[in-house]
Amino acid sequence: MSSPMFSPDTEKHGVLDVALSQSGPVPLDAAFACGGNELLALVGPSGSGKTTVLRAIAGLMLPATGHIRVNGETWFDAGTGTFVPPQKRAAGLVFQDYALFPHLSALGNVAIAAKGLGREAALAVARTLLARVHLDGLEARRPAQLSGGQRQRVALARALARSPRVLLLDEPFSAVDQMTREKLKRELAALRSTLSIPVLLVTHDIGEALALADRVSVLYRGRTLETGTPDDVRLRPSSPLVARLMGETNLFDALVEAPSTVDRPGRIRWRDRILNVAATGSRRHGDRIAWLIPADHVVLQTRGRPAAGDGENPVTGKISALASLGDRFAVTLDIEGAARETLNFRIATHTLRRNDLAPGTEVTVSLLAEGIHLMDAEVV
Amino acid sequence: MLARPGGEFGGGPEPNLMDWTAFSLSLKLALATCVLIMPLAIFSARALAWGNFQGKSLVEAAILLPLVLPPTVLGYYLLMGFAPGSFTGGLLTRLFGGPLVFSFAGILIASLIVNLPFAVLPLQRAFEAIPGNVREAAWVSGLSNWETFRKIELPLAWPGIVSALALTFAHTLGEFGVVLMIGGNIPGETQTLSIAIYDRVQAFRNGEAGIMAAALLGFSFLAIAVVHLMARRRAGRHV
Repeated sequence: MSSPMFSPDTEKHGVLDVALSQSGPVPLDAAFACGGNELLALVGPSGSGKTTVLRAIAGLMLPATGHIRVNGETWFDAGTGTFVPPQKRAAGLVFQDYALFPHLSALGNVAIAAKGLGREAALAVARTLLARVHLDGLEARRPAQLSGGQRQRVALARALARSPRVLLLDEPFSAVDQMTREKLKRELAALRSTLSIPVLLVTHDIGEALALADRVSVLYRGRTLETGTPDDVRLRPSSPLVARLMGETNLFDALVEAPSTVDRPGRIRWRDRILNVAATGSRRHGDRIAWLIPADHVVLQTRGRPAAGDGENPVTGKISALASLGDRFAVTLDIEGAARETLNFRIATHTLRRNDLAPGTEVTVSLLAEGIHLMDAEVV
Repeated sequence: MLARPGGEFGGGPEPNLMDWTAFSLSLKLALATCVLIMPLAIFSARALAWGNFQGKSLVEAAILLPLVLPPTVLGYYLLMGFAPGSFTGGLLTRLFGGPLVFSFAGILIASLIVNLPFAVLPLQRAFEAIPGNVREAAWVSGLSNWETFRKIELPLAWPGIVSALALTFAHTLGEFGVVLMIGGNIPGETQTLSIAIYDRVQAFRNGEAGIMAAALLGFSFLAIAVVHLMARRRAGRHV
């Protein structure tokens, strides 16, 4: 029996390999892998099957076809009829509402999962784990006497108590307030750097996924659309659907005007404008495409203060909405000439003040060519 | 002379205020019913709370039937079923080494059937109140089904268990119709306290009936109070 602590030298670096598909009751067609030191975020809208995938890995749900392997050990394989019950899987699962045992103390909740040790050893492990999640001193409290954040930590300690081969987190921050959430996220980031097992984080919060994950897997109606680094899926999504799921709104249709070459950028025709783009890939003149400009590649041309990139793809429009994000403002721009096309971007509050921006103000923005990402147009 | 056994003096001239034989028989029946009904009731309650099987509504209805059925109707069918001449009765007679009608074993079996809804309903509610993911959390924590039952489900269902015990106990003490139909009125074998009271009233010995009625009332109240106190203390004692 390996030690319940997680020193990289005792735990073999594991790899989680998942491929699941079924047509119902929750349709699934998910496939992804997660490395031994990796935090993979499973993102997607509500009802996209994220939790179902997690439950399947934990052994709480039997998918129709596919396989689940951890460290080369098969937990599920429809082909060979293998199904390891949840008790034997060594998967640490933090439930969305934590599902603590209400009649047990924090210590009891963790110790009960430290199986295969004597009672004293299990309690010692539980104490160490509770200290690790900053709950020392609260061992005797019952779940009802703990705050939401403290409960989440007990759940996390309980999930770690069985020396899991894989850690599964189901929306672990959704049941706590904003301040606690930020704190717990920092703690998770710190904790997981000490773990050498795959960590799977299920969340519908894109920001959370981008901030915490090494890689992001986008799930939509049970189907894995794309898996990649946060920058890959946010800036260079494989399809307009992925872009929309990642919360991008600056998505438009265009035609390829001139394909890029080795030494020359390409151009696309967007309504009555020609935009320079860094690369058009293998697309040819006249191909219908969708293009994305992430908000952070939209640069406001400020009066009397020219900045680098000002000359690139200037687009003029009227500000239709300004929404405060605290230290920044979200700007919605109605683009001149193009009916109903709007651009969204963000600016610092001081920029807003210095430029006297208000709804109705006419401004020009640059769409940085390197930020413009081309995708195949959606087949309607 | 309260402590004197009453059965053999049942019709005698000597004042016999409290029928201790009937009292102890009632107690024995109530305790035996409680002990035997629990495993059966817990099994059924869990199945009804979490199971998803065909004919679940029918099983549920069958368990609840004694609540609405007149005790004499139930008693009649049991009497027919227990009768040594009948098929089931013949089997049961061989199984128990004697006829079930007019015997303690007979009224115990009847009591188990009659009490099923009183034991199953509170337990079913208690198991239903345990969130499904708490049991899943136990499995994912490595607890076997039996460990999950023992360490998670039973402690969480404890208030339901106490209610089931209290209701079954009190209801058995007060059961009259079915016991009379199955067991008749045999002192020391099937004459429970409630039947003894009826017996005395029939004989115009209202004083004795009154004392036994008061004893039954007090004892039932005490039993329920003690059990509920236990439930409260147990609930506050979890580690």
